Amino acid sequence: MTKKQKKNLTRIIISAVLMTALIFIPIENKWLKLALYMIPYLTVGYDILIKAFKGIKNLQPFDECFLMAIATVGAIAVGIWGDGDFVEAVAVMLFYQIGEWFQSYAVGKSRKNISALMDIRPDYANIENDDGELEQVDPDEVEIGTIIVVQSGEKIPIDGVIVEGESSLNTSALTGESMPRNVLAGDEVISGCINLNGLLKVRTTKEFGESTVSKILDLVENASSKKSKSENFISKFARIYTPTVVFSALVLAIIPSIFTGNWATWIYRALTFLVISCPCALVISIPLSFFAGIGGASKEGILVKGSNYLEILSKTKTVVFDKTGTLTKGVFEVTAIHPEIVDENTLLHLAAHVERYSNHPIALSLKSAYSNENDGCHVMKAENIAGQGVKALVNNNMICVGNEKMMKAVGAEIQKCPHEHSGTVIHVSRNGKYIGHIVISDVIKPTSKQALKELKKSGIKKTVMLTGDSKKVADKVAGELNIDEVHSELLPEGKVNEVEKILSEKSGVTAFVGDGINDAPVLSRADIGIAMGAMGSDAAIEAADVVLMDDDPIKIAKAIKISRKCMRIVNENIWFSIGVKIACLILGALGIANMWIAIFADVGVMVIAVLNAIRALFVKKL
Amino acid sequence: MKKTYKIEVDCANCANKMEDAAKKTEGVKNAVVNFMTLKMSVEFEEGYEPKEVMQNVLKNCKKVEDDCEIYLK
Repeated sequence: MTKKQKKNLTRIIISAVLMTALIFIPIENKWLKLALYMIPYLTVGYDILIKAFKGIKNLQPFDECFLMAIATVGAIAVGIWGDGDFVEAVAVMLFYQIGEWFQSYAVGKSRKNISALMDIRPDYANIENDDGELEQVDPDEVEIGTIIVVQSGEKIPIDGVIVEGESSLNTSALTGESMPRNVLAGDEVISGCINLNGLLKVRTTKEFGESTVSKILDLVENASSKKSKSENFISKFARIYTPTVVFSALVLAIIPSIFTGNWATWIYRALTFLVISCPCALVISIPLSFFAGIGGASKEGILVKGSNYLEILSKTKTVVFDKTGTLTKGVFEVTAIHPEIVDENTLLHLAAHVERYSNHPIALSLKSAYSNENDGCHVMKAENIAGQGVKALVNNNMICVGNEKMMKAVGAEIQKCPHEHSGTVIHVSRNGKYIGHIVISDVIKPTSKQALKELKKSGIKKTVMLTGDSKKVADKVAGELNIDEVHSELLPEGKVNEVEKILSEKSGVTAFVGDGINDAPVLSRADIGIAMGAMGSDAAIEAADVVLMDDDPIKIAKAIKISRKCMRIVNENIWFSIGVKIACLILGALGIANMWIAIFADVGVMVIAVLNAIRALFVKKL
Repeated sequence: MKKTYKIEVDCANCANKMEDAAKKTEGVKNAVVNFMTLKMSVEFEEGYEPKEVMQNVLKNCKKVEDDCEIYLK
C-alpha cells in the first residue's frame, strides 16, 4: 500500500466507525445532529470538497468530485428541510471513497503483479577488472565486445556469444518453456535467460539497449498504449455519459416538480442520478483487462504488441501459415535409408564420412544422423563437385555421395526405389557401384498437427499454407496436417499476392504466421502478423503484431484463445457496467432506488468489473 | 518528435481527461496516456520546443484533474 492509500484507508475506517456510532445515539436537536454528522462527513470527504471547489474554479462542471459534492451537500440540505436524516450523505461519501480506494489498490496491485511477470530486466553485468576480480556495472555502460561473466543463478544481461564455459539456461521468462536449454562455448545466448549452473564468459554482441531483453520490455510496456476499439468506445462513452446524466438530473429536478409541486422528492431523485454519474467503473475495467491479458500472454512467451492487436486476434477467422520453419522444423533430417547390398548403418556411415569436411545443410543432416562420425576411418581426398555432390576416399574405397547426375558420371546404375519420397534423395556409390540412397527431408514439428486441430476446434474457419517448396512436398505436409488450402512453389512476392487474395475475399480477419526471417512483407500485409521462433530475431519482432518467443505452433492456438478470453471479459465488463448503471438510473428516476442503492451499485459494479478484469491474467490452462 | 513522460494519476477517467487536455495543447500533434503503465507519450508538432509545450500540457492537465502530476525530466 502506498502512503496515500494508507492515509485514505485510515480516514475511511474512522469515518465509518463514527458514522455507525452516531446512528445508535439518539439526538433530538437537528442542528446538533448535523454538526455531529459533519465530523465523519468531512473526515472522509474533505479532499473531494476541495477538489470540487477547484473544479468550479477551472470551469469543469462535469468533474466527478464536483458532482459528488453536489449530491452529498444536496442530501444534507434535504435532511435539514426534511426528516433530519444525515446518514445518507455521509454514507454516499464514504462508499464513494471506499470505491476509489479499492480501485487504486486493485490497480496498483495488478500493476505490480503484471510488472513482476515481466521482470526480466537485469540489474547489473559482471566484468572482470584488472585484478581479476568481478565488478558489477550498469548493463547500459557495457560496450560491444566486452567479456562479461555470468555466474550461476544470474540473468544474462546482454546478448552475446559464449567464449568460455558451458551451462544450461532457463529461458522460461522469455518463452514460457520450462525445459532448460544447454549451451556451449561458441553458442549465441540472449539476454533475459537465467544461467542455471556453471560459469559463463560471454562476449557481448549488442549494446544493452539493443539486446533482446530491452526490446521485449519496451514492446510489452508500450503495448497497452496502442488502444483498442473497445477502449476508445468506452472513453467516448464516458465523455458523453457524465454530461447526459447531469442534464437528465437537472430535467428530473425541475420539470416533474413544476407539475407536481413536490420539489423535495424530485430533487432527491435528481441527486441520486448524480451519484451514479461517475463513469470510473466503466473506464477502469477495460484497460485493466487488456493489461492483464497482455501480461498473462507474455508470461506464456506470447508478446502482443498492443491492445488493438489482441482485439483483432480474437476475431481471426482464417490462419495462413508459412511452411518451412513454422509448421516444419526448417532443418533437414534423414527420414529414410534404403541400402542395396550393404546394410543401413554402413550406408549412413560412409555417406557421413564423405561429408566430413562439408558444411552444406545436407552434409550437416547426414552427420547428425550418424552421431559417431569421427571414428578411426581414413577419409582422404574429399572433393566437392558442383551441381553433383561430394566424393572422397574412405578406407581406400571411392565413395560418391550426390544426385542422379553424379551417379551417371561415375557409372553407377541407380536402382529404382519402390517408395514414393517427398524429400531430397541422395544416392551413394562405392567404387562405381550403386549401394543405396538416403532420403532427407524437412520434418513436421511434433505439435503442428495438434496445433491445427486446436485452431479448428476454437472456431477458425479456414487454414491455408503458403510455401516456396515443391508441390509434392507441400501437398504431403498439408495432407498430414489437414490444411484446407495449399499454394506451393511461391516466390516471396507470390506469398504477398496470395495473402492479398485471401484478404480481398473479406471472409473475416486473416492472420499470417511465419518464422519472421523472410516473411516481413507478408507479416505486415496480413490483418495480423504472427512471428514465431523470434528469440533473437529483431526483424521479426519489428514486423509482426504478435511475437511468439519460441517456435511451438501450439502457441498460435493459445494466443487466439487468450485473446478471446480477454475480449470476452472486456465485453462482459462493458455491458455489465453500462447495464447496471442504466438500471440504477431508471430505478432512481422512478423513486425505487434511493441513494444508498445507487452508491452500492456503483461501487459494487466497479469491484466486480475490476476483479473480472484481473481474471484475464490467468491463461495457463487455456 | 516523440517523448514519453512518467505521470501520476489516480483514476482511469482522469487519465482520459489528461489525454484530452494534452491533445488540445498547442504544439502537441498527438498524445496517448497509458493509465496502466502511468506513462504519457507526446508527439510534438514541428518547430515547437518540447520543454515549453510540456509546461502548457501540465498546466492544462492540472485544470481538468487537479490531482495529477507529469514528471518532466
